[in-house]
Amino acid sequence: MHKEFLMGNAAIARGAMAAGLNRVAGYTGTPSTEVLETAARCRQDALYVEWSVNEKAALELGAGAAYCAARTMVTMKQVGLNVASDPLMSLAYIGVKGGMVILVADDPGPISSQTEQDTRHFASFSKLPCFDPSSVQEAYDMIQDAFAYSEQYRTPVLFRPTTRVCHGYASIEVKDPEECEVHAPEGFVRDPSKWVIFPRLSYQAHLSIEKRNTELSGVFSEYAHNLVIPETAPDCRRGIATHGISYTYTMEALSGRQAPRVMKVSTPFPFPEQAALRFLEGLDEVLCIEELDPVIERELTYLCGKHHLPTRILGKLTGHVRAAGENSCASAAADIAAFMGWEAPAGTETAPPPPLPVRPPVLCAGCPHRASFFAVKEAMKGKKSVFCGDIGCYTLGNAMPLDMVDTCLCMGAGVNITQGIGRIEPDTHCFAFVGDSTFFASAITGAVNAVYNQADMTLVVFDNSTTAMTGHQPHPGTGRTMMGEVVEKVSIEAVLRGVGVTAVETADPLQLQEAVECVRRVDAQPGVKAIIFKSPCAVLIKSGKPVSIDPAKCTQCKRCIRSLGCPGLVLRDGRVAIEQSLCTGCGLCAQVCPFTAIGGDDHAE
Amino acid sequence: MQNNLLICGVGGQGIVLTSKLIAGTAMHRDIPVMSAETIGMAQKGGSVFSFLRLGEGMYCPMFPEGSADLIIGFEPAEAVRMLPYLKKGGKVVVNTHPIMPVTATLKGSDYTGREMLSYLTEHVPDAVLLDGDAACREIGSPKVLNMIMLGAAVRCGVLPFSVEEIEETMRRTVKEQFHALNSRALHYEKRG
Repeated sequence: MHKEFLMGNAAIARGAMAAGLNRVAGYTGTPSTEVLETAARCRQDALYVEWSVNEKAALELGAGAAYCAARTMVTMKQVGLNVASDPLMSLAYIGVKGGMVILVADDPGPISSQTEQDTRHFASFSKLPCFDPSSVQEAYDMIQDAFAYSEQYRTPVLFRPTTRVCHGYASIEVKDPEECEVHAPEGFVRDPSKWVIFPRLSYQAHLSIEKRNTELSGVFSEYAHNLVIPETAPDCRRGIATHGISYTYTMEALSGRQAPRVMKVSTPFPFPEQAALRFLEGLDEVLCIEELDPVIERELTYLCGKHHLPTRILGKLTGHVRAAGENSCASAAADIAAFMGWEAPAGTETAPPPPLPVRPPVLCAGCPHRASFFAVKEAMKGKKSVFCGDIGCYTLGNAMPLDMVDTCLCMGAGVNITQGIGRIEPDTHCFAFVGDSTFFASAITGAVNAVYNQADMTLVVFDNSTTAMTGHQPHPGTGRTMMGEVVEKVSIEAVLRGVGVTAVETADPLQLQEAVECVRRVDAQPGVKAIIFKSPCAVLIKSGKPVSIDPAKCTQCKRCIRSLGCPGLVLRDGRVAIEQSLCTGCGLCAQVCPFTAIGGDDHAE
Repeated sequence: MQNNLLICGVGGQGIVLTSKLIAGTAMHRDIPVMSAETIGMAQKGGSVFSFLRLGEGMYCPMFPEGSADLIIGFEPAEAVRMLPYLKKGGKVVVNTHPIMPVTATLKGSDYTGREMLSYLTEHVPDAVLLDGDAACREIGSPKVLNMIMLGAAVRCGVLPFSVEEIEETMRRTVKEQFHALNSRALHYEKRG
């Protein structure tokens, strides 16, 4: 063993590799992304790593590899599991041969997600064992246990960290290379009675799954990471049940105090009933400090009913813990103080500060999406239009002054939502904006649907040749794989033409006038049509020389600022100025300026 | 002995590397270390922070308000935003150069950072104010703000190591071509 300073996600990848990982597939999504990236960066010859086109593809590939007795990991964020839920539910019945861990990162807050859904529910819904680590060290240790249980019980297992564990760093104990397992998959052994799902097989599997889960509940009651910490306060008949990062908040709040009994639940499903009964013994009241849904609270309430225990179970369901949002050291300390009858933690008593500037996330200076949005906005000015957005950096097109995102639901939804609006409002110009990675992940079916059902709409693909939002992962259109191979790029234009979209134009959004004309031309055609706005992500290319403002020509009309909202355009002592450290020289503002006061290299200073 | 640090600023100012260098130095000295920082959408021009803890007996990388021994503020308003985390008698090092939010530009407001600095000095009289922008110009690179701030923070005496130890970590982790520039920034001290 040796010490390393690792991010939680890196620890998960390294732990999986220490358990003899053979293959990993996933789809990028905060806060899960760095797991797969770490595996790719540290990988040795025996490990195959890929960004699959979406979570469903990743999970199905994982199943195939696990059928071959390979140790496999599939990575995604919580909403990704919705996409992969079809194979997940069936695979739970079929089972696996090699250890298979499905890593699903939850996002309390939510900080970078559409929902606050709780993967622990997916575990009980799909009847799959679930692991919930509370720290970076525990993530490293428990992922190895997850592989062992998976292989022993021939079932995929869920591994569910949350954002603060995924993105926290800690100096942890890591195995030396010679301590790590090496695993050689035996390959696929044909057995249709095992690998082909049929109603009869599912019935049999259902019986054995229920039996196994009852057994696992007992096994997990002895699992070292399901802790019951005895009370240090004398005659204390209160307890706290918690999990994940909230366990660490709880322990911070209790440190240096005479503490109540604490239970940490690291395997929310199958719930460790015997361990929980030991925890509940003799307690009058239990406070459940959980993030997302009250899973432990419901389990304990159920156990008290089942065993006629007089213990009162408190938490989100009883209003003792906030129902939504993430917990913190402060919230846990306040909840515990109220529960224990301790004096509330003292707040800070300083004078309120002057109004603080608000810094909502914005599209970067030089971002080509800004130009694409602006071109469509200009072209559709005065026309009844609807702009359906999607998931990616370009969701930020909703911010003022662009204000160009009317809807956003989930990956790939915009292309279908706009069709739905068009059916009710035939006189509306219907647009859907989708990024290149999202297009491949889940907008192609929507395009086929539009063609088949004779929709009247324009699909605008923002092709910046990367998956920018989550940190620039490659995708089918980039011509690079996670194994470092250079491959044929999948052409978005060819895909669209292939599914029957006849009017497809590709344009450079940074050539504003041509882009606006392109939108007008394409929009005027009937049926399903598409525009591919192609321009690389500003973060990935070398910036050009910042533009400059000719003070003699600038009338301070501020049209550039009011139309574009680019962080590179600022007011300095009331005058429009270029923020040199941010401007990439994209030239969009120069094309918007009515007085040609903004220019590049050849511009009069 | 525990040290709670909070580094805050605006996305793109080099806060993550600052945090890594402190953590790396602690690792080298065998001091347990934990950190947590903003990742994802909030990085795009948003407020970013890094919590950093050194010492024994820690459960989580975050700490509650009123617990920071040191706040390194890369931007005046961001330092003020995080000031409730400072513990009584804690130190603050702040870059006086403000960064305009896009929203301020749109609304035509003229945030200067000065109101933030006077609030800061009123509440933390011994706060170390440092014009990072001027320092970068003097050193000759806009990219060394984080090293300037880090050097000044270490000189506050809260952290259990010297500028030289941080410099060694920097040499181990950063590309060689930046060593000389970064060293100068780490040792930069305002004259006069």
